[in-house]
Amino acid sequence: MGYDASLRVWRGDAGSGALVDYKVEVNEGEVVLDVLHRLQATQAGDLAVRWNCKAGKCGSCSMEINGMPRLGCMTRMSTFSPAETLTITPMRTFPVIRDLVTDVSFNYAKAREIPAFTPDPAVKPGEFRMMQEDVDRSQEFRKCIECYLCQNTCHVIRDHTENEAAFSGPRFLMRIAELEMHPADEADRRNIAQDEFGLGYCNITKCCTEVCPEHIKITDNAIIPMKERVASRKYDPLVWLGSKISRRSPGAGTPAVPGKR
Amino acid sequence: MSTSGESTEIERYSYDVVVIGAGGSGLRAAIEARARGLKTAIISKSLFGKAHTVMAEGGAAAAMGNVNPKDNWMVHFRDTLRGGKFLNNPRMAELHAKEAPDRVWELEAWGALFDRTPDGKISQRNFGGHEYPRLAHVGDRTGLEMIRTLQQRVVALQQADSYELGDPEAKIRVFAETTITRLVKDGEGRIAGAFGYIRDTGKFVLFEAPAVILATGGIGRTFKVTSNSWEYSGDGHALALLAGASLMNMEFVQFHPTGMVWPPSVAGLLVTESVRGDGGVLRNTEGKRFMFNYVPDVFRAQYAETEEEADRWYTDQANNRRPPELLPRDEVARSINSEIKAGRGTPHGGVFLDIASRLPADVILKKLPSMHHQFLELAGVDITKEPMEIGPTCHYVMGGVEVDPDTAASSVPGLFAAGEVSGGMHGSNRLGGNSLSDLLVFGKRAGDGAADYLQALGSTKPAIAQADLDAAVEEALAPFKRTEGESPYAVHHELQQTMQDLVGLIRRESEVKAALGELEKFKERTAVVAVPGERAYNPGWHYALDLRNMLLVAECVATAALEREESRGGHTREDHPGMSPEWRKVNLILTLAGDKVEMVHKPLPVIRPDLLALFEKSELKKYMTEEELAGLPASASSESKSEEGH
Repeated sequence: MGYDASLRVWRGDAGSGALVDYKVEVNEGEVVLDVLHRLQATQAGDLAVRWNCKAGKCGSCSMEINGMPRLGCMTRMSTFSPAETLTITPMRTFPVIRDLVTDVSFNYAKAREIPAFTPDPAVKPGEFRMMQEDVDRSQEFRKCIECYLCQNTCHVIRDHTENEAAFSGPRFLMRIAELEMHPADEADRRNIAQDEFGLGYCNITKCCTEVCPEHIKITDNAIIPMKERVASRKYDPLVWLGSKISRRSPGAGTPAVPGKR
Repeated sequence: MSTSGESTEIERYSYDVVVIGAGGSGLRAAIEARARGLKTAIISKSLFGKAHTVMAEGGAAAAMGNVNPKDNWMVHFRDTLRGGKFLNNPRMAELHAKEAPDRVWELEAWGALFDRTPDGKISQRNFGGHEYPRLAHVGDRTGLEMIRTLQQRVVALQQADSYELGDPEAKIRVFAETTITRLVKDGEGRIAGAFGYIRDTGKFVLFEAPAVILATGGIGRTFKVTSNSWEYSGDGHALALLAGASLMNMEFVQFHPTGMVWPPSVAGLLVTESVRGDGGVLRNTEGKRFMFNYVPDVFRAQYAETEEEADRWYTDQANNRRPPELLPRDEVARSINSEIKAGRGTPHGGVFLDIASRLPADVILKKLPSMHHQFLELAGVDITKEPMEIGPTCHYVMGGVEVDPDTAASSVPGLFAAGEVSGGMHGSNRLGGNSLSDLLVFGKRAGDGAADYLQALGSTKPAIAQADLDAAVEEALAPFKRTEGESPYAVHHELQQTMQDLVGLIRRESEVKAALGELEKFKERTAVVAVPGERAYNPGWHYALDLRNMLLVAECVATAALEREESRGGHTREDHPGMSPEWRKVNLILTLAGDKVEMVHKPLPVIRPDLLALFEKSELKKYMTEEELAGLPASASSESKSEEGH
């Protein structure tokens, strides 16, 4: 039942590093994170691995296993053949701190740029009334565990650090969609989705959807509908006319973007 | 990077309030402190938004009455005391029941999207021990919704500060992946700050602050089979003890009845109580719904006696009694244990939890998506087709820091505690759903408590002695100075096994005594553990430092478990199987003297007459002494249960 797996684990820090070979015991039913823990306990006490719940709920143990962005705690060893050598590396898009741990502060900075939930101030707590069918869409996006595997895999920033300033990545384009589709949110986020958060950079290759451990249809349900909403605002002649004759400024209802100039 | 950590340099920050812990209670406390105008730091052992709260599945209990209008705070209060077997701090249970609805509604105003009733209100689900459907929920990922909402609320406050003050971190800042190892006090015994290290760099950090709120959660990593995450090493319990505060009732540890039992690597992983709330039933290998055999006398009036009545309850609660699968967690966990011991358990050492034969597949997928996902991915089991195999898992500690119910203040001036790290609220056993609401209610109160304390303190700034910092640095660096010692991983694994075997779900005097003996040996071994490598992000080092906390907590649990000679809630003594009315009046208070845990008995606060009047005298008879009962007014009950059905 048990066997010794061949692992090649990236060890190092921001300065330098290399793949190191290990043989580690594997037992029935184990996941990659179990094997890394055994490696820590028996051979490499200082191996840096970020993890928390080991239940696929917190999104901490994101890594690349044989080049695929995955959660260590949700990747069963039985998906690989015992003869196979597993190559385990940190997420490539983010700077390495040590070993398998990366600096994901990019994501927290992007989160802080997105204008917060903006309800009607006249609605008091306890008075919100929303129908289930109206919250279904945003609820799907709120399943997100912020593992940042989608951010890591998105080619717009994976190999192009120059795009990082203009592009917030699938996780946060989805956050904008979530607020846009939230039945109690009053702000209009269509302009800023395009202008400030780089919605247009996405060319819907669906890599983000493919790696999402929560199986959220990021591209189909969040990004494409957002693109449609932006397009209808920009090109709908009635909207255009309305914006010309209305006394409201063209950007009315569009919140300011914090921390962006 | 520094080599084996010779650098004793300390980064310094100054705050009004430091909140240790970034789960539900910590974030709620920080939001309140910030709302009161205080400069607030949130210290998170993990990344922001990863706290153990994300693992809460079922919901937040709040008597909003959205599904059954008969629900109100008094019914919730009553259920909470019944669940805790009347050992709860009655004032905490009262505040909790009264304030939970406002705290849940507030989340909605901050963007939370709970599941809805047909008329558009927050939906509420059934749960063990709750008389009416009471849990606000989002499928089976309620904790994630709560943590994300609070996280996004903190970000919203930072955005407001960015506009107003030009700096998003001017008034509230999150220090992610930072661990506090010591609280620091001034010469007069008041809180003056918190010392720790930053994981990324391994550098030391000091937060100078006159008020500290502990919101560090629980102690589950002390046990082998646990639903708790890596962070649950009893840090706050230990920090409080080391700072001179007292813990209470640490013998009460909740073993959740339904954890996964297979495969071994996920043993302990939580299977939400919602499975039972939504109709799931427990069966042994003979196919029998065994819970009907285990309804204790104190609950007999409220639970169904036949499968037919139990099944009718799901659609007609006014005329039927609850299924016994929805007894409080301690009862269900013990019953499962008995079935397994009697040889009616599964080959992997559990019993069956069956939802597949009870609900259509599409309903299961809608109501229990995380459970479906978890079993399919980790065990290869499709819960819409097959039953789950489950067994008890260490889930929650009812004991914790002794606090003032209204302000969350501990016995140390300037030190507050909220959420799982505090004690009293849940008595001897917590009801499912009462944790998420507890975090919100007492998180807010702790933020307020700290703000009031600072107001009274005025401009006084408690001073920190250099000697205390030197000692904290030396303690933290000690594991690097040893080259020959044992690995912290090995010591931790054995400690978990010892606590599991000797101070677990069912306890005996001889075993608990043996555990205390073993703990002395673990202390000696922990004192000499060695870690290789550097200080930057070195998990071996982190474990070595966490071991101190786990050992202290383990000693408190075992000491109190040996003392309390009765069985109640999360403390079952095989050699003292009954509940004792005399012991009901006793809180066990634990403090640290030198490196020795000391314990005293302290009377439980009396239940106010108006709260006592919510119960019938016949029920109180099951819990109270003759003397207490004699002191009650002739008719103890004002509004009897009869007007509310069962």
